[in-house]
Amino acid sequence: MPSEIAIAAVAPNAAPTMEPIVVFENVSIAFDKNSVLEDVSFSVHRGETRIILGPAGGGKSVLMKLTNGLIKPDSGTIRVFGEEVSAMREADLFKLRARIGMVFQESALFDSLSVEDNVAYRLHEEHVPEAEAHARVVEALKFVELEQAIDKFPAEISGGMRRRVSIARAIVSNPDLILYDSPTGGLDPITSTTIIALVVKQRDVSHTTSLMITHRLQDAFLLARNHFNQQTGQMEPIANGGVDDSTKFLVLNDGKIVFDGTTEELVHSTDPWLKEYLA
Amino acid sequence: MPFVSPEVYAKEKIAAIQDYAILSWHAVINIFSGPRYWADIFTQMDSIGVGSMPIVVLTGFFTGCVLALQSATSLQEFGSVSLTGNLVALSMVKELGPVLTGLMVSGRNSSGMASEIGSMKVTEQLDAMRALGTDPVRKLVTPRLYATVFMLFFLTIVADAVGIAGGALVAVTLLGLNASTYFHNSYRALVYGDIVQGLTKPLFSGFIIATVGCYFGMKTKGGTQGVGKATTQAVVVASVFIIIVDFIVSRAMIGIFGR
Repeated sequence: MPSEIAIAAVAPNAAPTMEPIVVFENVSIAFDKNSVLEDVSFSVHRGETRIILGPAGGGKSVLMKLTNGLIKPDSGTIRVFGEEVSAMREADLFKLRARIGMVFQESALFDSLSVEDNVAYRLHEEHVPEAEAHARVVEALKFVELEQAIDKFPAEISGGMRRRVSIARAIVSNPDLILYDSPTGGLDPITSTTIIALVVKQRDVSHTTSLMITHRLQDAFLLARNHFNQQTGQMEPIANGGVDDSTKFLVLNDGKIVFDGTTEELVHSTDPWLKEYLA
Repeated sequence: MPFVSPEVYAKEKIAAIQDYAILSWHAVINIFSGPRYWADIFTQMDSIGVGSMPIVVLTGFFTGCVLALQSATSLQEFGSVSLTGNLVALSMVKELGPVLTGLMVSGRNSSGMASEIGSMKVTEQLDAMRALGTDPVRKLVTPRLYATVFMLFFLTIVADAVGIAGGALVAVTLLGLNASTYFHNSYRALVYGDIVQGLTKPLFSGFIIATVGCYFGMKTKGGTQGVGKATTQAVVVASVFIIIVDFIVSRAMIGIFGR
């Protein structure tokens, strides 16, 4: 089911040579003297979907929060849309974050607000007229196929539905960058596939640059090997076992990058740790 | 609790005071720039002010009653039972009204703020708020601060009034005093300085209740257990601060007004 909301944010077929959307340069951070990320450098180009893989506790969520400026690195620089997030004041970051959508690990919906108010939160903050805000919320909820839950509260819906509401909240303002922090974590395989289908739909319909953390390999490869068919409104495998060119991988282990490249490069890697991890 | 060196302990405490001071400063100055969350301020005024009315009325009334009852015993020895009105009015307006109202509202609202904001912290709702472009201090702390300071002022006036009324009930029904004499003495006992002293205290108490409650909420970590701990700490610290600041303000006011 193609959506107008997604089409509105199209950045189609942008050349990968353009200035990267996200750039990490020698970023390190430690908590209580425990190093979480060490000398991490990578970049994400416009229209790219970067899957961040790695064992639990490898610093993936920290990397996501660093990207959004929610925490500051101890050293190194982080640039998002060309602005140095690692050196910005919180007041300036609020403006930058208007261009970034984030899906949290445990959804992080405001439990005292209804689904509609959760999804419309940013629109209300921007004083969008009520009628327009409602229309955009309905559109975003249609995208995640949850328009029937608009009046419910987060406590009244399932974990998978909360995750979908969280995706709707992230995309309602047509962001230029979406950060998915383990959107399938803790969900059953069928619900996980539904969530991945939404990520694929967002990737293929609106071509939004995104970072997605997962520790489930099947979700990562599902994302890389499928595309969204706008005619059928379904996620389908890419013909001849192909992979999506805009989807790339970043593998973290113990706070260090062990792989940065395409799906083909990942599956043909000769790195012993990586081979064991992928096995 | 793990043992830490005095140096680490001292650094932690100083860092906490610094964080508290920064949070309080931002909470105060946020009102002078946009966006301002007026709807949240009015919601909090209703929740903190109107919601606390029953406990403040009950506490004030029975404190006035017991004050009249107890003081009458001592005053009787000097044959001055008729001065019960003076004693109740002075005690309620200068001390018991502001302090008891502060403590009751602290018990009800410091804990509420710490648990509400603490729950949001541990479920990443505060991070989500920041990610959605909203400053949690501006949205959550500033409305609570101004609502508490504003409403505690009026709650204290209510407590003073019902306390004097409670004292009157006891004085008339149990001590056999004339109601007119009681109220006349009460009115005569109070001077301008007493009223100023009594109404300055809730401004400080309100500030303490809101900033301490929100500070412990914002610093919550460690899941639901952490929320419980933050709630307890908020009430204890706010209550102790209220008593300490009450003493300091009393001393300052006595210095200014001479009584």
